[in-house]
Amino acid sequence: MSEAIPNNITDNMTSNRTVAILNTEAPFSSATGKESLDTALIFGSYEQAISLFFIGDGVFQVIGDQNATEIEIKDYLKTFSALGFYDIENIYVCRESLTERNLPENFHISNIQVLSNKDFSQRLHQHNVIFRF
Amino acid sequence: MTILYKNQSIATDKQGYLLDFTEWNEDIAVLLANGDNVELSEPHWEVIRFVREFYLTYNTSPAIRALTKAMKAEFGEEKASSRYLYRLFKEGPAKQATKYAGLPKPARCI
Repeated sequence: MSEAIPNNITDNMTSNRTVAILNTEAPFSSATGKESLDTALIFGSYEQAISLFFIGDGVFQVIGDQNATEIEIKDYLKTFSALGFYDIENIYVCRESLTERNLPENFHISNIQVLSNKDFSQRLHQHNVIFRF
Repeated sequence: MTILYKNQSIATDKQGYLLDFTEWNEDIAVLLANGDNVELSEPHWEVIRFVREFYLTYNTSPAIRALTKAMKAEFGEEKASSRYLYRLFKEGPAKQATKYAGLPKPARCI
């Protein structure tokens, strides 16, 4: 729990640095998407500012109208709707990746910002640390 | 490990969390709490039901910070402070309330 961590420890780690999580894989084909989301929630729990980025097949993570229960696995996509409780509000999707895959801007979470490749890249590199999943 | 409910054994992990959250009901919550020598009062139930609802909605057990933030939206400032919650659940609200709510232990929580 966040209360258990003394301030001096978090200060020495990443508290003043911005963290980006870059998602590049589709959900459910592997555990990657779930692991990425868990990582984001851990940072959120410790009040670390964090942004989520979705590019390539990663954009499938946020596309709406998916039903994981049909393949009988835990639908972790539902957890995305709880991101607000972890103060995770910066969520970016690459427009070109949507276009290449013929995907509409139909997402299962609100407050997503769709950015052109250039803006996406620029925004990503404003962060001090990038974790790629 | 198991607990006994109406002559049926219900599987739990080593720390007493149910392995299958669908086997839960409020009687079982009482049993789980009794195992820790905790008597559940109405304020406890408020949190337990809330945590359960959170899990059913988002498919995840809330860690303490998310729990307090979500509780604040529902019950107001006073009942959403970690102090209030720690008074009810001395071993850690997220951890203990999820246990009595029949949910998996939150992975992001001590």
